[in-house]
Amino acid sequence: MGEYILLAISCIFVNNILLMQYLGNCPFMGVSKRMETATGMAMAVVFVLVMAGAITWVVNAFALDVFGLEYLRTLAFILVIASLVQFVEMFLKKSIPALYAGLGIFLPLITTNCAVMGVCLINVREEYSFLEALVTSFAYAVGFGLALVLFAGVRERIILARVPKPLQDTAIGLVGAGMMSLAFFAFKGMA
Amino acid sequence: MAKSVVQEFTKGLWAEIPPFRLVLGLCPTLAVTKSLENGVGMGIATTFVLVCSNVLISLLRNVIPKKVRIACYIIVIATFVTVVELFMQAYAYPLFLQLGIFIPLIVVNCIVLGRAEAFASKNKVFPSLADGLGIGIGFTLSLAALSTFREILGKGTLTLPFIEGPINVLGPSFQPFSFLIEAPGAFMCLGLMLCVMNMLGKK
Repeated sequence: MGEYILLAISCIFVNNILLMQYLGNCPFMGVSKRMETATGMAMAVVFVLVMAGAITWVVNAFALDVFGLEYLRTLAFILVIASLVQFVEMFLKKSIPALYAGLGIFLPLITTNCAVMGVCLINVREEYSFLEALVTSFAYAVGFGLALVLFAGVRERIILARVPKPLQDTAIGLVGAGMMSLAFFAFKGMA
Repeated sequence: MAKSVVQEFTKGLWAEIPPFRLVLGLCPTLAVTKSLENGVGMGIATTFVLVCSNVLISLLRNVIPKKVRIACYIIVIATFVTVVELFMQAYAYPLFLQLGIFIPLIVVNCIVLGRAEAFASKNKVFPSLADGLGIGIGFTLSLAALSTFREILGKGTLTLPFIEGPINVLGPSFQPFSFLIEAPGAFMCLGLMLCVMNMLGKK
């Protein structure tokens, strides 16, 4: 049990997917302007990433490895993720409309979120067991959500500040992300 | 006709240069620009995928049904990414190890899918080829600029592509500013370069 908690903490803080592994930065810059969109995106990512992590692990272990098709991994994973996102969207629309109303517009964006694909690939490369892969997927997604929501708070304040014209919008966003990354960098001392 | 092809090519080099004018594809930009060799390698790999997928999607643009077009584009792109991945594994193994998961992640690079959707799906083959090549070379130049800056100040060296080993640029007494090659430095460098580009762009 202890090792799973350790793994989760290292994925959330020490190797934070957004600020330390540089994955998923396009939605990070895109949806962090308002707190509502940031929380919506964070929840959608947690939801999809756990499922994608589990399914790609199964696909990799029982289809690609068994038949020696590792070279098709990129193709297989992106197809799994794209169809999973589509399926989740249809399922939520029919059965849990309240959740769909919250996550709806963020779901299609997740297909091209490199955090999802990246975590699936990391799970395979590190040769995690199924349970470990589940834990890392969840923890990376939580780390993504945490950084995104914190950063949305920062950006809502930046709008109120007087920023020099060339620095406005994405440029100051990136500099701010650098500052946050510096704060997360301190967690490296824990490892 | 000939003139417009040239225009499509040159717009990628300045007017729409990614990731500064088109703010897309930030992840590879931040992650692989620790050294010039990595940056240029990533740029070339992305250019190859961009050109090939643009050409193929442009050829197939009347065949692909509108409703499933994104899925079709992703399959086309993933195929070329697999080609690049296997090619680099065979002929550029050290670079393949250095770039790690960022090679398969070209699939989800928004620049590639963005050009397929915004340009190749509506235009003929030659303009699409020029567009892909222009944007790809623009992306390579941006990565090269960012990685040169980060590597010289962060490590004091420069690793040129196709040449063995890093070259010491700033001499032995230089204290490396190692903040720049870590994650926080990547974000700040990109932010400041974006700022400089905005200043240059506003006349």
